[in-house]
Amino acid sequence: MNKENKHTISILVENKTGVLQRVSGLFTRRDFNINNITVGKTAEPGLSRITITTYGDNRTLEQIIKQLNKLIEVIKVREMKPEQTIRRQLALLKIHAPTEQDKSEIIQYTNIFRGHIIDVTPKTITIEISGKPDNINALMDLLRPYGIKETAKTGITAITRGQKTL
Amino acid sequence: MKGSQLLINKLKENGVKTIFGYPGGVLLPFYDALYESDIEHILVRHEQAAAHAADGYARASGKVGVCLATSGPGATNVTTGVATAHMDSSPIVVLTGQVPTQAIGTDMFQEVDTIGITMPISKHNYQPRSPEKIVEAIDKAFYIASTGRPGPVVLDLPRNALEEEINIEDYKINTDIPGYKPTTKGNVKQIRKAIEVINNSQKPLILVGGGVILANASEELLEFATLTNIPVCTTLMGKGAISEEHPLGLGMIGMHGIETTNIALTECDCLIAIGCRFSDRSVSNGKLFAPNAKIIQIDVDPAEIGKTISIDIPIVGDAKVTLKEFINQVENPDTINWTKHISNIRKETEPEISFNTVPLKPQQCIKEIMEAVTDDTIITTDVGQNQMWMAHYYKTKKPRTFISSGGLGTMGFGLPAAIGAQFAKPEENVLAICGDGGFQMVLQELATIKENDLPIVTCILNNNYLGMVAQLQRLFNDYVYQTKFYDNPDFVQLAKAYKIKGEVVEKPGELKETIQNALKQREATVIDIRIDANELLPIVPPGSALNQMKKEFDDVEDLE
Amino acid sequence: MNGSDALLKKLKENGTDVVFGYPGGVLLPLYDSLYDCDIKHILVRHEQAAAHAADGYARVSGKTGVCIATSGPGATNLVTGIATAQMDSSPVVALTGQVGTPIIGTDAFQEVDTISITMPITKANFQPRQSKDLPEIIDASYKIASTGRKGVVVVDLPKDVLEAEITEDDMTRVLQLEGYKPTTKANIKQIKKAAKIIQESKKPVILAGGGVILSDASDELFEFAKLANIAVATSLMGKGSIPEDHELSLGLLGMHGLESTNNTVTDCDCLIAIGCRFSDRTTGKVSEFAPNATKIHIDIDPAEIGKNVPIDVPIVGDAKITLQTLIEEYRTDNINWTSEVVEKRKAYVPKMNFNTMPLKPQEVIKEIMEAITPTTIVSTDVGQNQMWMAHYYKTKNPRTFLSSGGLGTMGYGLPAAIGAQVAKPEENVLAICGDGGFQMVSQELATIHEYDLPIVTCILNNRYLGMVAQWQVLYYENRISQTKLAPTPDFVKLAESYGVTGVRVEKPGELKETIQNALKQREATVIDITIDPEELLPMVPPGEKITKIVGEYKVEE
Repeated sequence: MNKENKHTISILVENKTGVLQRVSGLFTRRDFNINNITVGKTAEPGLSRITITTYGDNRTLEQIIKQLNKLIEVIKVREMKPEQTIRRQLALLKIHAPTEQDKSEIIQYTNIFRGHIIDVTPKTITIEISGKPDNINALMDLLRPYGIKETAKTGITAITRGQKTL
Repeated sequence: MKGSQLLINKLKENGVKTIFGYPGGVLLPFYDALYESDIEHILVRHEQAAAHAADGYARASGKVGVCLATSGPGATNVTTGVATAHMDSSPIVVLTGQVPTQAIGTDMFQEVDTIGITMPISKHNYQPRSPEKIVEAIDKAFYIASTGRPGPVVLDLPRNALEEEINIEDYKINTDIPGYKPTTKGNVKQIRKAIEVINNSQKPLILVGGGVILANASEELLEFATLTNIPVCTTLMGKGAISEEHPLGLGMIGMHGIETTNIALTECDCLIAIGCRFSDRSVSNGKLFAPNAKIIQIDVDPAEIGKTISIDIPIVGDAKVTLKEFINQVENPDTINWTKHISNIRKETEPEISFNTVPLKPQQCIKEIMEAVTDDTIITTDVGQNQMWMAHYYKTKKPRTFISSGGLGTMGFGLPAAIGAQFAKPEENVLAICGDGGFQMVLQELATIKENDLPIVTCILNNNYLGMVAQLQRLFNDYVYQTKFYDNPDFVQLAKAYKIKGEVVEKPGELKETIQNALKQREATVIDIRIDANELLPIVPPGSALNQMKKEFDDVEDLE
Repeated sequence: MNGSDALLKKLKENGTDVVFGYPGGVLLPLYDSLYDCDIKHILVRHEQAAAHAADGYARVSGKTGVCIATSGPGATNLVTGIATAQMDSSPVVALTGQVGTPIIGTDAFQEVDTISITMPITKANFQPRQSKDLPEIIDASYKIASTGRKGVVVVDLPKDVLEAEITEDDMTRVLQLEGYKPTTKANIKQIKKAAKIIQESKKPVILAGGGVILSDASDELFEFAKLANIAVATSLMGKGSIPEDHELSLGLLGMHGLESTNNTVTDCDCLIAIGCRFSDRTTGKVSEFAPNATKIHIDIDPAEIGKNVPIDVPIVGDAKITLQTLIEEYRTDNINWTSEVVEKRKAYVPKMNFNTMPLKPQEVIKEIMEAITPTTIVSTDVGQNQMWMAHYYKTKNPRTFLSSGGLGTMGYGLPAAIGAQVAKPEENVLAICGDGGFQMVSQELATIHEYDLPIVTCILNNRYLGMVAQWQVLYYENRISQTKLAPTPDFVKLAESYGVTGVRVEKPGELKETIQNALKQREATVIDITIDPEELLPMVPPGEKITKIVGEYKVEE
């Protein structure tokens, strides 16, 4: 998949039963791709925000946006252009760390990436890190040699830079 | 090899000899491959019938039934059949055509989102997009459809996947399904606990559902019941799990159940439920269901346990395997007084079924049907009063000989299911028992019967009403509205239009003779049986306890 | 007032006076309310027909059609009809019963997840969980079904919601549809730009789709075509948007379209597409579809613009309003090319006269046209019968040619004719079916008889699933696999078993007379027309350029 074809789409929806199913069903039905997805309530009661990252050329992206707009519960859809968007992700990583040396190295890496140690056992360290998806991947690459025992990642969520809102 | 050829090879590997279908544009490659294959294709006249026939085939044979429909309207036409099979856990594999992969999502001609539509009504579905994926998906589909709790699996086949040519040896086929590992062997500790409760019970009762038939556990059931002398009642789907003529076979429970069984359920102190899902039609009011009983539930589907009724001892496992364990471990509880008590009630409440009247009473019709058939005769019913009269009065002797749409309650099921059953058991006698409403929904299948010379005897219990809904209107609204068929066709003429023998039956004695003749001649026959529209079915009013059965209808006005 | 009383009151407020349905257990409260209500209920014999009838009713009347089915199998039996209407943007509200809210999700008797099943095949669907929400949901359903790009709305009605009492206040609340604001008035700049491009073009042609009929824009289309002197081709769904006997009408475009029309569209330098969705059956190979044309696309659904064919000037708006504006903005009529196009079109005179037995479908359609008037409504089934009609039959008025275009649903013709006849009781209605499609819904003869509907059903009987068989002949070396429908029933006897007149037609001349008699008597008639199974329909192979027609249409010498 071509990185240039990666898009982040933000969707403001009415918070009603089945709305997530309508959105995900649309992606399946129209053969669009969902790379990842997050959902959360907004500050305004009754509204939720769905953030989807997807791959596709511009025509596909246009279709995705238009088709999403047709869903009755969808209020707004916007592509979040990379240069105007702050994108963040959260990951929890459980790392194999049987020795003191391993532990100290892992803690150093974690500090460099501004992560937190949230749990330590004699054999493992658990790290919380949030930030740009690329940063998280970079940390994971560094930790992989120690053995990543378990990963829990959220999807990507995004917001526009500056004063503009959705 | 082309995808369609690989598909046919795979179907054969999985034991398929017969498929029910209707062709269409995107399926052309498949039908072309079929042209040279020795798989028998039965051309139905509406895709709904293909799904019901595959379902009937599966229920009669215990093998996976297969049906086929084209994309778009073909796929939407099988919806009802897929949902029907799903609700009754019938193992079928449904093949649907789909537009080419690259066109999916463009609203192409005859494109519909079959995966989306069938998601809530199938056990699983796949859309294999290349020939090797077809090969993989077929094996998975048959495995999923026929194991654990059986059910329909839909394979949505894009045209290009049927057309592309590959060398299958070049591919590594992975049929592992990490998320699907059904439990068949019940937990030893739970079984021990259950046995203890049974051993110490005074009034135990077994309730069996369709799961016993699906697991081919009828012999084990009979052995366990006779060994322990525990009476057995069934749900609609469990009919045939034990002979209803056996002293321990009490018949059906529920809204239109046998009075004895509903009383027994209310009185029992230990209920051993096997392969049943406590549907609202079986249970009526859940709070008042088997109020004195410790309930043991054996089911292969853990999600069914405790879904609608609180269970004391859950056992997740296959009915056959678990019953064998039960037989090994049980010590005989003392049930002499209990069974004597039950058989007394049974004698007292035995319903009258002989009526020497015109118009015919449905009871009399069923009596004559029973006199005309053998223990092995396969009965399919439609849905509504005809079904409940059969469920109530007809004594089923063997498993897989009473085929009915239980969960979805699909009108129009009877006739096409009989077609499937007849293909599963070509030598056997098959009767489709329909109402006039349900028969009309699928009458086009008389052409399929004629084309294939199927000796199916179709009995239309004709009261010119959508009887079950009319009954509810009469009981609760004091009138009937939009449930009378003012212009029913002349069913005899209709049959003759299809070059099928048609007979009218109006008097006692005629039905038995007509059926016997038809079965002797092995000739497809449609029998238009004029029955008394005023006859009402015993009913447990919604929300009441099962022993609060309404049998007298003096307060209900006759129809005009 | 309980939920079902409120529901019916809302149906009436929204202009509904007839519904097509089939009762069932959970719908008892609704039928109880219906008993005391003056909405007419047409009892069909299979729910599929209820949906098609509501669809046919909508297409003929322009009003929203309503159908009713019970929970479980009733709802699943509607699926085909819902998908059919949705694909062709027909405004239908489908009411389905549902088990009571306390037992939803328990696999109760006749419970099915209607909302999920119909999600991919509806414009919207709702399941009110409280009676007080029912009235506003019904209003919203009509609004959604009948505005913007029209479509199907399913309302799934739990039994207890139909039973519970509601107050007068609940009747007046309005559901806010924040996310639903269809654009009807197009951007004036875009219209001006389009007008300029058309005026500067040398070889413009109009392609009209079903959207023109749905927005009742036929008059405006005709006016614009005459004003600008531009010829009009149509998609299957656009048939009737312009009188096909007018010289500016080019007839059907696409897979089974007219050769001259397919050539004209391929040659044009400016394509004005109005209310059409460029389906694969219309465009053939997309990359070679009108390759030299600047493409203007007027459509109310923005998602259709650029979906299949790249567009130069997109105009989102209602066809009628947009055409009105375009007419105002438009100045010239000096398109010389059009006379050339019209001559080419006129040069194609299909041979319709065949004094042969078995009957040729062309002869059949000729006799049909001779027997009827311009306002007669014809409803076709799907397959060869449909494409013969689409190609040869000249439709004179909008909303008089009904056909399942997008989904291509066999069995559509007869029940859609029922809906059409109920919508226009005084009009003549013909259902043109194949023997396969007719068999799928023959039970509806009982409905026709019960309600004395004088529908004339013409079965073009070739004992084959003709269209698929044709493909097997053309592309699979004549390997006819499972497309021979033998034995077919005796349709005359079948009709008679319903008390409906049945007539067999085998010779030239008989059909015209039979139809004329039936229409004069206003008597339901089934005509079994024995036609020549050898007759094939020329076609553009799927995925090919539309000028590459395989086979030749027979022409008058």
